[in-house]
Order: sequence, then structure tokens, then C-alpha cells
Amino acid sequence: MNRRLSWFNVTSLTLGFAFLYIPILLLVIFSFNESRLVTVWGGFSTKWYGEMIRNQALMDAAWVTIRVAVLSATIATVLGTLAAITMTRYVRFPGRMLFSGMIYAPLVMPEVITGLSLLLLFVAMDFSRGFWTVTIAHVTLTMCFVAVVVQSRLVTFDESLEEAAQDLGCPPAKTFFAITLPLILPAVVAGWMLAFTLSLDDLVIASFNTGPGATTLPIKIYSQVRLGVTPEINAVCTVMIAVVAVGVIAASLYTKRAQVEKEKAERAAVLQAG
Amino acid sequence: MSKSVGPVKRKFAPWLDPNAKPYIRFEAVTKRFGDFTAVDNLSIDIYEREFFSLLGPSGCGKTTLMRMLAGFEEPTEGRILLDGNDLAGVPPHRRPVNMMFQSYALFPHMSVAENIAFGLKQDRMPKPDIEARVAEMLKLVKLEKFAGRRPHQLSGGQRQRVALARALAKRPKVLLLDEPLGALDKKLREETQFELMDIQYELGLTFLIVTHDQEEAMTMSDRIAVMDLGRMVQVATPAEIYEQPNSRYVADFIGDINLLEGRVAAVEGQHATIAAAGLDRPIVTEHAGSAKAGDTVWFAIRPEKVRIGLEAPTDPSLNVVAGEVWDIGYLGDVSVYRVKLPNGTVVKSTLANVTRLVERPIGWDDKAYLSWPRDAGLVLTS
Repeated sequence: MNRRLSWFNVTSLTLGFAFLYIPILLLVIFSFNESRLVTVWGGFSTKWYGEMIRNQALMDAAWVTIRVAVLSATIATVLGTLAAITMTRYVRFPGRMLFSGMIYAPLVMPEVITGLSLLLLFVAMDFSRGFWTVTIAHVTLTMCFVAVVVQSRLVTFDESLEEAAQDLGCPPAKTFFAITLPLILPAVVAGWMLAFTLSLDDLVIASFNTGPGATTLPIKIYSQVRLGVTPEINAVCTVMIAVVAVGVIAASLYTKRAQVEKEKAERAAVLQAG
Repeated sequence: MSKSVGPVKRKFAPWLDPNAKPYIRFEAVTKRFGDFTAVDNLSIDIYEREFFSLLGPSGCGKTTLMRMLAGFEEPTEGRILLDGNDLAGVPPHRRPVNMMFQSYALFPHMSVAENIAFGLKQDRMPKPDIEARVAEMLKLVKLEKFAGRRPHQLSGGQRQRVALARALAKRPKVLLLDEPLGALDKKLREETQFELMDIQYELGLTFLIVTHDQEEAMTMSDRIAVMDLGRMVQVATPAEIYEQPNSRYVADFIGDINLLEGRVAAVEGQHATIAAAGLDRPIVTEHAGSAKAGDTVWFAIRPEKVRIGLEAPTDPSLNVVAGEVWDIGYLGDVSVYRVKLPNGTVVKSTLANVTRLVERPIGWDDKAYLSWPRDAGLVLTS
């Protein structure tokens, strides 16, 4: 299957990547623009990064976003993991189909509906909107993603490991922390990162449920862009891209390396057994 | 470790002593999963220090029975007693039995030593004692050099040893072994069988082993329970199971057997004559079992007890049938002759190849005589 690339393959690949990455690339390039005008190149400069840091409103929004993302990802990971365990372990209980459907529904639910329904709930409960409402809304949004990621790991989990631990005198709750959690940890961490990223860039649900003093970065960027795009915004976006890219690359390198080492050790064991 | 324990074990037969107290007792145990009955009204007594095998094809309920003793399943009906105590409602982590899993179930994120120490840590044993016990266990299974390895850095045989060491570390009174040698190759399996027997004897433990491998069960066990469809078909010593099976199912499951269908012509005590269709002479046997005159029965005889020759034996007390050599299997140590009788039945006879001959005197399509003494076979009624 060592076929050469035809001109057709090359063209479609180039067009595909161009479509995906040229807008992002432009944004990154223009974040280093000297000129105040976003679409006119005026020479290289990093001054907009300085402006960005001095913009207190922007920095406040970034700080709110990170706090919301960390907190909501953590809560979503706990709840999503528990849901995944219930779904894989307790195969027979009344209403299981309904339960699993209800866990996955938010995956395909339009964000506008999720956001609006949560807003109505908070209004009905007379819950003052702000940091906590955005956090709860993001937990609702991201929990199902965590559940899907963790469940896919649990399906291949050998349950006799838990039975072995209990057989050796370990109570069920302790078994979860000593055996199950360490083994599904990569999936739990991946779920957390997914939830963190989703929360980081959510605009729709956040804007429905935010309140005074809880402006997240996407909301801030969106409202600034409506008054005109400044190179400062480009700089913020570039930083966000860098943060997400570093996270994703680090995570994939980590899992890849663990996989390679495991395979190497297994080969060594087989060779030694002769 | 290497000394033979044969003669000592031969005297071990607490099941014959009416005063002996059973250590593990299954009392009319039934287990149902929905509509499926995995274990059906089953009772057994297992004695202290016994090496007891549950043998049967997959799906016969043997693993379910073991899992009920370990506490992973609760019986639907009946009771399980361990040393006189009812185990109902006792969770797995509070039962004084340990199990060696078929998949070994070694904790992949722990080293060999940590795996073995796991159960001891649950008991809050002092650290120096744990270290000493782990070292002792590693020595027992000859894995001293591998203490720091992770399970995925070990071969299949080494993993099996770690699983055994981990299950033995807490010194349980009863060790449950679920297909312990299933994943090993033939040679390693044979070696490990004897090691398991020695360990069981040295530590004075009760072993309950689940297997579908009849050879494994025959080699290691004090007694074997043959199971089928959730029921106990026969519980006896390996020799009794082999020489006195109580049904065609057991006879056929353990080893090889010839079954000839016929009708009982006459019975006198254990002496019986059986008329088999198509044979000119009735079969005479000294093991009539519970057969009565007129019953349709099966005469069962093991292939190694059927003698084969080109000339008719003259001894009048022997059962003799003539047939045509249909097939020959040369296995090196023995040859298997499949002889077709006039009524179409094929009877197997195995002959030990005691002489070094490349050309065997009996060949394909030869007319051969099969013979056996009157006490060599037995009558089965079911």
C-alpha cells in the first residue's frame, strides 16, 4: 500500500488544511501587527500583547474563565465518572435505557436550548446569576462528554481485578480508590481536559447564564468584536490557541509514550520467556 | 518442594469416616440467573486439607459454584457453610477464602511484590512482617528476582506464579483456583500440576479447583466432582471415577471408553450376561451394578483393557469378539486399533508398544480377535 500521492490527493489535502488553518494563521500573524488597523500590515511588533496584559477588564475575564473552567471540569469529571460506572456496571436496573439516553442527550442538544432552559430554571428558583450559575451550566454541558470518555475505558476494564481486590480483603469503596481509579485515570484526565476546553470556549451557554462580575473571556471577546476588531483581541486569541495546543500535544505525547513503553516491556517479557 | 507426597496422600480419605466434620458444605444450593439455572439443588461436603476438583464442560455451573463460595454470587436457595458457619450475607472481603482467578487478575499498576503484599496490607499487618511474608512467597514460587517487575513485564508462567503467591500470601484456609493452568502450555502445565500438589500438602490447605481438563483433575485431586447442567453427576476419587463411572456421561467425559448397547439376559449377584445385537456370543461380566434381567444397558470397557490378537484366545472364561481392523493410530508409546464388529460397532483397543518394532504385526483390514476378562468392564444403566 505504498502508493504515491497523486496531484488530486495533494490538492485536496492542501485545500482541506488551508480551509482549516488559514483563518487561524491569519489571526496569529495579525496579532504581531504594528498597525492599529487589523487588516493592514504595518510591521512586526509585540506591543498588543503588552496592551492585552494592561487591559484589566480582559484579564479579569480571563481569570473568571479559568476559575469557571477548572471548577466546572472538576465537578463534571466526578459526576460523569460516577455516571459512566453506573452505566457499565449495573447493567440491569429499571429505566436504564432512559437513564443512558438522558445522559447522552446533552451531546446533541442545541446549546441555545440548554442555555435558555438553565436560565429559566435559575430565574424560577430566584438564583442570582453570576459565577456559580455559569459554573453549574458548564457542568451540565460537559458532564456527558466525560461520561462518554470514561465509559469507553470502563468497557474494556477487567472486572476480575476488583473482585480480586475484594477477595484479598479490600472493602468495595477502598477497592475503587486503590484499583479502579488508578487504572481508569488516563480516561478521567482526558475527560477533565475535554470538559476544561469546552468550558473555556463556550459562548452561548455562558452568555445566557452569566451575570454581573462573571464575564467570561469568550463573552468579553464577542462584545469587544462588535465594536470593532482590535489587534489586542488577536493577541488574546493567539494565547488561547497556544494554551490549548500545548495541552493537547502534551496529553497525546504522554499517552503515546506510555503505550510505546508498555509494548516494549511486553515484547521483552515474551522474548525472555523464550 | 520436590519430594513425592504420594504414599501419605493415599491414606487420606476423611470422606469415608462417618465422624469426620466437613470443612466446606454446600447444602441443597441452587443458583438461578433469570430463567437459567446454573446450579441445581446441589450438595457436597469438602474436607479440610482436601484437594477437590470440580470438573465439567463449560456452562456446567462449576465456576458459579466457586464464585458463590468466594462471595461474588449469593445462592438463590440453600446454604453454604464454612467450618460450620453460614456464609449467607458475608461480603467477599470478609470471607476467609482466597481465589486465584482464571485471568490471574494481577493489578497492572503494582509491582510483583506490591501485588503479593496487597492482601496483607488490607489486614493492617506490620510492615516488617509484610516484607518477610512477601519474601517467603516469592521464594515459594521461585520469583525472587522479579519482585520489582510489573505484571506486563512477565511471561505467562511467571504471571501464574504471582497470582498463586498473591492468593496464598494471606494463608487462607481454603484456596479457590479457577482454571489455574488453562493459559499455560502443555509442558509447563504438567510441571505446575505437581508444584501445586506439593504446595497444597506443605501448607496444609484445602484446595478447591475448577477445571474442564480431566487430565489435570485426575493428576492432582483427592476427589473429583463431575458436573453437568448444574448437577453433580458423580463425586469420587480419580481411580473410582475412571474405573467405576456411574453413568455414560462420566465414563465418556473422563478418558476414552467403548460402549456396547445390549439387553441383560441373566443376573446373579454381580454376575451378568448381556446379549448385544449382532454379536454371536453374550458378554459375561462380574460388575452388573444395579442392572436387572431384561433391562437395556450399556456395557462399558476402557480401550486399554481390551486385548487384540490375530488368533482367537483359547481361555474359555474370556469374552471374545471377532472383527475387522478398521483404523490404526500409532502414538509412539501406544497404538490405538479401531476394530469394526459384525454389527457395525467400532471398538477401540490400545496396545502398549513394548517391543521396538517398526512393522507392527496387525495391519489394516486384518481379521482380529478382541478379548477381555470378565471383570474388565462394567454395566451402566444410565
